Amino acid sequence: MTPPGIIFVSLDSVAVALGADEIAAAFADRGLKIVRTGSRGMHWLEPLVEIEISGVRHGFGPIGLDDVPDIVHALANGADCKKSLGPVEAMPFFKNQTRLIFKRCGIVSPTSLTDYRSLGGLAGLSAALKMTVPEICEEIAASGLRGRGGAGFPAAIKWRAVAAAESEQKYVVCNADEGDSGTFADRMIMEGDPFLLLEGMMIAGRAVGATKGFIYLRSEYPIAARVLQEAIDVAYRAGLLGENAMGSGGRFEIDLFIGAGAYICGEETSLLNSLEGKRGEVRVKPPLPALEGLFGKPTLVHNVLSLCAVPHIIENGARDYAAIGVGKSTGSMPFQLSGDVKYAGLFETPFGLTLRDLVERIGGGTRSGRPIRAIQIGGPLGAYLPPSLFDVAIDYEALAAIGAGVGHGGIVVFNDSVDLAEQARYAFEFCAEESCGKCTPCRIGAVRGVEVIDRIRAGDDHARNMQVLSDLCELMVDGSLCAMGGMTPIPVESAIRHFPEDFAFPPKRRKIAASEHAS
Amino acid sequence: MTILKEMDLGTPRPKTARRVRLEIDGFDVEVEEGASIMRAAASIGTSVPKLCATDRLNAFGSCRLCLVEIDGRKGTPASCTTLVADGMKVRTETPRLQKLRRGVMELYISDHPLDCLTCSDNGDCELQDMAGRVGLRDVRYGDEGENHFGKAKDVSNPYFQFEPSKCIVCSRCVRACDEVQGTLALTIEGRGFNSKVSFAGADFSSSECVSCGACVDVCPTATLQEKAVAEFGVPDRTVLTTCAYCGVGCSFKAELKGDQLIRMTPHKDGMANHGHSCVKGRFAWGYATHPDRITTPLIREAITDPWRQVSWEEAISYAARRLKETQAKYGRKSIGAISSSRCTIEEVWVVQKMVRTAFGNNNIDTCARVCHSPTGYGLKQTYGTSAGTQDFDSVEDADVILVIGANPTDAHPVFASQMKRRLRMGAKLIIIDPRAIDLVRTPHIEAAHHLQLQPGTNVALINALAHVAATEGLLDQGFIDARCDGPSFRDWLRFICDAENSPESASDITGVPADEIRAAARLYATGGRAAIYYGLGVTEHSQGSTMVMGMANLAMATGNIGRRGVGVNPLRGQNNVQGSCDMGSFPHEYSGYRHVSDEATRLTFEKAWSCAQDAEPGYRIPNMFDEAVGGGFKGLYVQGEDVAQSDPDTLHVEAALAALDILIVQDLFLNETARFAHVFLPGTSFLEKDGCFINAERRINRVRPAIREETGMEEWRVTQALAVAFGYEMNFSSAADVMDEIAALTPSFANVSHRMLDEKGSVQWPCNDAAPAGTPIMHVDGFVRGKGLFVTTEFTPTPERTSRKFPLILTTGRILSQYNVGAQTRRTANEIWHEEDLLEIHPADAEARGVQDGGWVAVKSRKGEITLRAHVTERVAPGVVYTTFHHPETGANVVTTEYSDWATQCPEYKVTAVEVTPANHRSDWQRHYDETLPVMRGLAVEPAE
Repeated sequence: MTPPGIIFVSLDSVAVALGADEIAAAFADRGLKIVRTGSRGMHWLEPLVEIEISGVRHGFGPIGLDDVPDIVHALANGADCKKSLGPVEAMPFFKNQTRLIFKRCGIVSPTSLTDYRSLGGLAGLSAALKMTVPEICEEIAASGLRGRGGAGFPAAIKWRAVAAAESEQKYVVCNADEGDSGTFADRMIMEGDPFLLLEGMMIAGRAVGATKGFIYLRSEYPIAARVLQEAIDVAYRAGLLGENAMGSGGRFEIDLFIGAGAYICGEETSLLNSLEGKRGEVRVKPPLPALEGLFGKPTLVHNVLSLCAVPHIIENGARDYAAIGVGKSTGSMPFQLSGDVKYAGLFETPFGLTLRDLVERIGGGTRSGRPIRAIQIGGPLGAYLPPSLFDVAIDYEALAAIGAGVGHGGIVVFNDSVDLAEQARYAFEFCAEESCGKCTPCRIGAVRGVEVIDRIRAGDDHARNMQVLSDLCELMVDGSLCAMGGMTPIPVESAIRHFPEDFAFPPKRRKIAASEHAS
Repeated sequence: MTILKEMDLGTPRPKTARRVRLEIDGFDVEVEEGASIMRAAASIGTSVPKLCATDRLNAFGSCRLCLVEIDGRKGTPASCTTLVADGMKVRTETPRLQKLRRGVMELYISDHPLDCLTCSDNGDCELQDMAGRVGLRDVRYGDEGENHFGKAKDVSNPYFQFEPSKCIVCSRCVRACDEVQGTLALTIEGRGFNSKVSFAGADFSSSECVSCGACVDVCPTATLQEKAVAEFGVPDRTVLTTCAYCGVGCSFKAELKGDQLIRMTPHKDGMANHGHSCVKGRFAWGYATHPDRITTPLIREAITDPWRQVSWEEAISYAARRLKETQAKYGRKSIGAISSSRCTIEEVWVVQKMVRTAFGNNNIDTCARVCHSPTGYGLKQTYGTSAGTQDFDSVEDADVILVIGANPTDAHPVFASQMKRRLRMGAKLIIIDPRAIDLVRTPHIEAAHHLQLQPGTNVALINALAHVAATEGLLDQGFIDARCDGPSFRDWLRFICDAENSPESASDITGVPADEIRAAARLYATGGRAAIYYGLGVTEHSQGSTMVMGMANLAMATGNIGRRGVGVNPLRGQNNVQGSCDMGSFPHEYSGYRHVSDEATRLTFEKAWSCAQDAEPGYRIPNMFDEAVGGGFKGLYVQGEDVAQSDPDTLHVEAALAALDILIVQDLFLNETARFAHVFLPGTSFLEKDGCFINAERRINRVRPAIREETGMEEWRVTQALAVAFGYEMNFSSAADVMDEIAALTPSFANVSHRMLDEKGSVQWPCNDAAPAGTPIMHVDGFVRGKGLFVTTEFTPTPERTSRKFPLILTTGRILSQYNVGAQTRRTANEIWHEEDLLEIHPADAEARGVQDGGWVAVKSRKGEITLRAHVTERVAPGVVYTTFHHPETGANVVTTEYSDWATQCPEYKVTAVEVTPANHRSDWQRHYDETLPVMRGLAVEPAE
């Protein structure tokens, strides 16, 4: 269907950072038509260039400017070239995924509504428009969907609360302040398939009785901002948004709001304050945002991935979705592999895979070739796990049992050069940098945590300071106002528990420079 | 008495009658539903440790000291933010909680200077208290960590200092500025450990801070501290009293060490202010001990003589002799007195009694004449009582607030904060004012309509609002039928529906677009509970009384009377203006607004006072001046009022004063009027007084002496002594004794006594057997006069018109930091915020006249000319200029006219046709003032022998 001569180049931030714009320009200079798509999530292959041959998209990558003539030649002559990867969707990393959310990402032109519709887009919304409001909420409940932002809270509880709340005005707020280090799923979907998020918000809005949606996007995502805004504009022009949205008879509007660079604004109450134009400071709960959220009105706050899961659920039914995954962890999760891992990128798969499978089989082990020493799962406030625990199944309950969490699905791999005491220090440093400063344990405790670990590492009154550190962690867990301060001890305490040798003085372990080669 | 420390229950009282039962540390507790666990615990005397919580602010949950354990719930929730529930079992002291609390305090103290012994808050510091409370014995983080020590102290505010190194970032100050004051001048800047209290501007005094003191009150440490406390130490005794500035009547704790007043802090139980204050009441009390204060009586033969210090006996006998001589020579009605709205009701009572007994006439008037006399007249005519209809708290139920000719954020700041809280909750605001007052647009508040009318056209506008309501079917016919006088309503309806009163006609007169008038009228009539608040921008016009009745008509016609959230509410200017009116200091009325021609009333007083009473009304203040110029009025006793500065048409007033044979002035300072006086009787400041003030909501508040009178004589005793010397036997033994006579002779005060007020705190009149607990809201079941009377309010323009010669309209007002004639505030550090009166002029008018911002301009009316500096601003509309009258040397009233309200002779301060031209010299009047001042002040005082 695509006329020959079209080059698909990703506009995704990772691809662009690796030179995709220059590559696209180089192809364009040779008279080739360029279509910018999202990313396939195989970051080690970016910039990845795709060409449709006999209805099948063939990949070439990673491409440098030097490779451009080669590919142009191959295209003209039907010949092979050295960067050829074959059909993209046949590649093992790709083929083994269960792409429910990312099914269009990397294929479609992100802001083409035609592309979106042609690959099943809006089917969920169409189905929702035929359902009653309680039916939509019950469908979400039956699907077992849990919030993908980190807490894993059952989505339907929020939906029902907002739907039942009495108010002239309700809101749907999308938390797109994806701040966890090692996570990029939100960004990828917003850059690669923005209509999916809009569709998810529209269905949610209909279900809870909201007429206005906001996407709170972190300021560090300029490409996502551009793509989302364009998609929103297209949706308004197409009558998907605005008065009588999609012929529903009701109004639904979506505004894009760019954050101001604070990690804490990924915490939902800080986000709401920020969205209201206030300082991004955590609010006390209760009142829950579902009852008193944005501007004091009932508000459904959801992460990007949670909302993006919705169209599939509504289109295909809750049973279909609930059948995927394991136990109470239903559906799929886009895991994001980074750190010292060979195949870094995004891998969407049902819950239940083991950590070892994900990192060693799918991720291919370390990129450096050194042995893996630790994995941090669930972002900067997630636990550090040693290889002895890698056989844990990735689902909410199994991870909780070993003191870890799914978080936003970020998985960072560390080789044996990592010093976990330094990582523990980093957890406090991160907290000190990103704390909103409202509650005492987080505001002062984080700074003191860095200092105490410095003393421990320097061997200064070691035993006493280990006790101080333990007391501080207990205080932050029990005493902090929000999860930021409350979870900072997770990486610290998991590091102490699983890697005690790194906290000993004198150190019990030879320091290995990251640059040292594997023997 | 010792220092009064008010109980702090941690979180505000929920507004509900429903109660829940729970168990705290094994004790049963019953509290309001919606209360926090902290509040519930405090109600049984269990004070959970806290630093960020205070019952004046919403729960915030940041310090994490108040953690508790609840059976069946995981974790350690904060007791300030966790609400009580039926059957809940709470533990406030467990080993786990104790460890956590010590951990929190350890963190706080790891970033706090340990200079407790030399700290200005030593003994009054909540951080110190909490460290002791949780048993902190060790700070294991050492003293080399990151900290905020050594940050520079900000001492730019004249009254308090800001020491950031002692800040614990509890946000109480920021929240107080937001929630209590509503100025939002403070914020937290930065995040994490770098979070700090911040504001726009280089320092506190150049920020948006209005120095209300709310932040200083709530600060738990020495970070925000009164300079007086830093200098002199913490006070050790408290006297509860009432502020002597505006008509809000805030309750204060005067906190002293010995006889030295250290600070005034707002009293939480004060029913008018609920623990809030403004810059004047909180800080600007230093005038009471200012060196300008005169504490020894002075006399002189002629006003060109220097003053002579004399004993009280000599001064009083001299004054009495000269008054008697004058009366003997010119007749019984040739002398009189002016009482003061700054004084207590007891002091006012004694003055009017002296006039009606010793002087034997009704020549008693009060300064309400020049401010709210139309309120008294208009509300009496329509509703039957010369007072506002609501208590201040009523505003918390208003859905629509209509502010007319008032500038609450400047003139009634504490009530303005309460009003702003309601507006931030969503109540709609309509403003009728020629000038864009702050409320038009202020943080989180924007008026739905600002009807920026031409000064002098109020009546046309209020009629048009009523016209819209009447012609669009928005009247409350049920209320009218049940509660109002039918014939008067029908007359009024016919009148108001006439096209002459349509918005279109009004638009031509007022300059306000007709559709804007219509929209505002619809909002008022249909927006829920609608309340009118008004000030001198209503009364000080030649149609002041008409306008008051116009508002009264509108409120009645829409059913906005007789319940919470509605009403017609004068924002009265002075601390006791309501009280001085109530006390019968009017030439035509005894206390309780009973006419002197009423025989029964007169007989009551004749009997009580054993003295014949005059059935003829006496002279009003303007009559006194006219008669003085005419030669028939020759002796005047003026207590606590500076007519030479405050009354209009200064040249006329000065001529009248100069024509008197004997002028006795009683005041704190040698004021402008004293330039013309023969006897100066030193008065007492509110800190020395014993008695009551009555505020704008009819609330009778106690004023208690914090220090002994500097003059050696209570002020009412001076008046009594004068009456005795004059020949009338008056023998009150105490201020309480005076109050007892007031109660005995005034039906609406029948149950009031000092003892009763000391027990109850305060009460709103009427307070008698029919209303033993007082009356927060008037006209609840029916109007005081029976049926509410509609009065036809035809608009008659003022004769004061613009012309080619005087093309601009001058209107006057006041500002936050200064008070009226400035006698008090000019003698405080408030002067830094307003050193001189300025003329506000619109850029278009300024440009047309070559007037520069900050340049000198001459303002000329047909009455006179003054020179002052211009401030070019769009706050005023083209064609309108505005100034204040706080500084005597400006002479703002030199240009105001003799026109006044047709019913009450309240002067038309608000409308004067003027021309403005650039100037390079002071006006003739100002030069004359400067030249004659030293002599007329009599500054070369001869010492007592």
